[in-house]
Amino acid sequence: MQKIGVFVCWCGSNIAATVDVKAVAEAARKVPGVVFSADYQYMCSEAGQGLIKDAIKEHGLTGVVVCSCSPRMHEATFRKAVQAVGLNPYMLEVANIREQCSWVHKDMATATEKAIALMQAAVAKVTLNTPLTAGMTPVTKRALVIGGGIAGMQTALDIADAGYEVDIVEAKPTIGGKMAQLDKTFPTLDCSSCIVTPKMVEVGQHEKIHIYSYSEVTQIKGFVGNFNVTIKRKARYVDEAKCTGCGACTEKCPSRKAPNEFNMGLNNRTAVYIPFAQAVPKVATIDPEYCIKLTKGKCGACAKICEAGAINYEAKDEYIEVEYGAIVAATGFEMIDVSPYDEYAYTQSPDVVTSLEYERLMNAAGPTGGHLLRPSDGKEPKTIVFVQCVGSRESCSGGEMRGKPYCSKVCCMYTAKHAMLTKDHYPDTDIYVFYIDVRTPGKNFDEFYRRAVEQYGVHYIKGAVGKVTPEGGKLKVQASDLILNEQLHIDADMVVLAGAIEPNKSARPLATMLTASMDTNDFFTEAHPKLRPVESPTAGVFLSGMCQGPKDIPETVAQAGAAASKVIGLLAKDHLVGNPCVAHSDEWMCNGCSQCETVCPYGAITYEEKEFRMPDRTTKVRRVAQVNPAVCQGCGACTVTCPSGAMDLNGFSNAEIMAEVDALCR
Amino acid sequence: MQMNDKEWKPKIIAFCCNWCSYSGADLAGTNRLSYPAEVKIIRVPCSCRVNPMFILRAFQQGADGVILCGCHPGDCHYSTGNYHTRRRMTLLFSMLNYLGVESARTRVEWVSAAEGARFVSVMDGFVADITRLGPNRRLEDLRCKTN
Amino acid sequence: MQNELKWRGLELLKNGTIDRILGWRAGQFVYDITPDVFTDPEDLEKNFVYNEFCGANLSKYLIAESAKEGKVAVFLKPCDTYSFNQLCTEHRIHRENVYVIGIECYGKVSVDALRQRGIDGITGIRSEMGSLKIDTIYGEESVPAMEVYAERCRNCKSKKHVVFDELIGADGEVVDDCDRFDMVEKLEQMSAQERFEFWRGELSRCIRCNACRNVCPACSCEKCVFDNPKSGVLNKAAADSFEENMFHIIRAYHVAGRCTDCGECSRVCPEHIPLHLLNRKFIKDYNELYGDFVAGESVGQMSPVADFTTDRDAEPSVVQKGGDQ
Repeated sequence: MQKIGVFVCWCGSNIAATVDVKAVAEAARKVPGVVFSADYQYMCSEAGQGLIKDAIKEHGLTGVVVCSCSPRMHEATFRKAVQAVGLNPYMLEVANIREQCSWVHKDMATATEKAIALMQAAVAKVTLNTPLTAGMTPVTKRALVIGGGIAGMQTALDIADAGYEVDIVEAKPTIGGKMAQLDKTFPTLDCSSCIVTPKMVEVGQHEKIHIYSYSEVTQIKGFVGNFNVTIKRKARYVDEAKCTGCGACTEKCPSRKAPNEFNMGLNNRTAVYIPFAQAVPKVATIDPEYCIKLTKGKCGACAKICEAGAINYEAKDEYIEVEYGAIVAATGFEMIDVSPYDEYAYTQSPDVVTSLEYERLMNAAGPTGGHLLRPSDGKEPKTIVFVQCVGSRESCSGGEMRGKPYCSKVCCMYTAKHAMLTKDHYPDTDIYVFYIDVRTPGKNFDEFYRRAVEQYGVHYIKGAVGKVTPEGGKLKVQASDLILNEQLHIDADMVVLAGAIEPNKSARPLATMLTASMDTNDFFTEAHPKLRPVESPTAGVFLSGMCQGPKDIPETVAQAGAAASKVIGLLAKDHLVGNPCVAHSDEWMCNGCSQCETVCPYGAITYEEKEFRMPDRTTKVRRVAQVNPAVCQGCGACTVTCPSGAMDLNGFSNAEIMAEVDALCR
Repeated sequence: MQMNDKEWKPKIIAFCCNWCSYSGADLAGTNRLSYPAEVKIIRVPCSCRVNPMFILRAFQQGADGVILCGCHPGDCHYSTGNYHTRRRMTLLFSMLNYLGVESARTRVEWVSAAEGARFVSVMDGFVADITRLGPNRRLEDLRCKTN
Repeated sequence: MQNELKWRGLELLKNGTIDRILGWRAGQFVYDITPDVFTDPEDLEKNFVYNEFCGANLSKYLIAESAKEGKVAVFLKPCDTYSFNQLCTEHRIHRENVYVIGIECYGKVSVDALRQRGIDGITGIRSEMGSLKIDTIYGEESVPAMEVYAERCRNCKSKKHVVFDELIGADGEVVDDCDRFDMVEKLEQMSAQERFEFWRGELSRCIRCNACRNVCPACSCEKCVFDNPKSGVLNKAAADSFEENMFHIIRAYHVAGRCTDCGECSRVCPEHIPLHLLNRKFIKDYNELYGDFVAGESVGQMSPVADFTTDRDAEPSVVQKGGDQ
């Protein structure tokens, strides 16, 4: 039998002026289960708390109801107080008779009546409360960053600088990501590789950072603080420990037909390759698709030249398992395939390029050595048309959507950059930019764009390009100017398409492994769009960079740092103290139907085949839900979707809420 | 209880999510904005915690109206809870309406923690609607009582 | 058709493909048929029955049967296959232990409909070109089949088997123009008072025999909330105010998005309460609000009731627009 104590606070005159506190205390004594009640000026004061503590000791109270201000105000205070004298903190309920009673009602009789009802509901609930204990789980003090672009590198560096071990898993043979491919960065026009390569070196040399390049995450088990991750180390046929990165093999390799990914396929590389001069780790990789030895069994030129003896044609994919406390997704982005936009003739002419290809064409380390030459005939283009929003900001009205509904955010700025850089090097070039809107929010962004228009004389035209037709070595561009409302015909030498960006293809399978949620565009969803922008709803999973949504480099770096600080905050703890108000499933009632699993936003529910000893002494294997209390956040979505009522929520159980309903309806 | 009884006051149960609506109700109090005392609030972690059984139980136990308040869609503390609420309650209310229960007796409102004034106007409106409707008869006993 | 089914069942039992077969066992009367499991070929030969009264949906029994050792064959009519798939989606059936024999179906007869026409003392039934020949102790009667079919068969939603391992007879098509929502629409057109009176008339007859719950393939919880003291709604019999309303609303709500509209609840109700109208209301609502969804159409579907969208969605206030307040 529960022994409940009810404590009615006056809150000075805040409550007592409108609610007859003595009458509430009096009424409490008549409620079954209540063995003690009292009123006091300030329950939250030392003396008030002392009153509660003394009563618990004196009367052996098993539950406490405090009628006072909002539980959002002092629930924690009173929980600590009752815990100090040995009562479970969850055996306390607060009846909100200030914010939701004395402050909103004027008539004393009415307010008192309502206060009594609220007190009765709290007593009804506390009677059914059960002591709850927060679970403790240890934290593995190592973080995993998936993706080695600028986002992943920055996150890894910040975590490592705080003294924690970090592993970076990068699918490509080198870290650096898209930023390493860029020529200059807006709005300062500083050289991209001059700022990113030192970062890469810093990452590569950091004693707390380990890079798994040319690797993929294939399985993730566990939960916050205790992830177990399987990493596939793809066979690179070169021993990383032995390779010195001298590059002799790449010079000898007779297979020279592999498209060079780093240059967006604008030129070719050898089968054994180092992606670019500043690659980290600076280790060669053999492309098994193009290697003559691996495909035809003959050759072995690289093995002969390699003095370090690093070449190993027998290498196999390896799988390693590592424990982590936190995981950061930094999988980045890709540009969409623009070939479906046939009107721009991307597949018909090599002189129609994407912005990233253009970036490589302008880069001193690119296929043309930094001279802007058109891919078809190697001549300098005199007229260049830039098309904005190729696949971005599309609406689905009028049939199927080809592209993306969102704004890719960076295109307006990099196109202004492309235009200016081109004009800098080749002042007599005519440049047209066709846009829907020019979006330049950001520090010094609009000034940058205006410079392109005002100082460089780039022709910005609000309008759309309808068709690009390759004809006689020119690209006939048909477009409309929406402001002047006229058709334009431009004979261009090159057309540059600002294709929409989209999340890297590896993001969705990764999200599935992480049980992290994604939006319909495959961007990772944040735990809260405003207040928790770098956390995934899945505890222990954090988001860095473009995988969460389009953003430019400074934003990416800022978010990377924010994600790192969240990771550091997690790893700094030795143990995670859970919220005990989590869901739990009654295994005997669970049907194993998986409905709860589908509604859980945190991936806290898994299913297990378990053996049960049945009443008739037989054993039966049943599929039952298991809630991981370290992951569950206690929203209760599962409890309602569960048809059998097997799923219930600690602290807000069906029976408790039902008891409150009954009490309030009385 | 009679409809024409001037003393009759409706019984209203309001389920409020801890993060938005319950705070909104607190804010109404902090700003001393008054609303009818018939409204009695039950705190739930999220609007998606409200089981249709709670609502039916309230009616069964004599509530005249049940209102459920949650964060605005998109603002749920648990990211997706109120989206579930939206579907569940749409279907439940439609069913109750189908059974002849006046649809004005059930309501879902999105009230943020900053909308103390809105909480008050929602409650004022809801209580006025229920007062106009009179006591809940249609979810009472169907066999033992006859009119 | 009975012989064809029996012959195939015997063959499968004897050649060891299966260990048991779930079918219909003949009772004392021709319309008095019980779902049962046959393990003995002789028993199957003697007591297996398949006729126009074999309306029972056998899929629910597979929850228990497929959990046992060995393989069980089952005869499933097109509508039953939807329940089967739904139960597979919910991981209730061990698919690998089941051999599904899809059987062609034109509709099943309601014995009550026959009685209402004054046909009694029934001793035999067979169908002939859209009409039914019924042997009674008073002589032979002939009725147009459509007039005495159960409501769910008159408004059959699909003659297509969504799952089978083998098929006896032909596979049909989904019936696009079925009128199963007509009555729901009619009720929706009524005033709230009229609807209330309609349902009071119906639901107040409920005797809480739990037949609807026990026969329903979706109502297959390990332990029903109404039997569970911890649920807060423990209630084994209609004793207090509004209990049967509560029971039927919650029951319909619990199966919403999972109910395949197999119509078993209405078939077995001894008080002839049109319980399917509750389920169909939910089906009609989510089809209209969230797009067409057929529970059990395939395995692994996400029901719109458990799903959500972050985009615009129907707000609960849409309900207030319809009907009077």
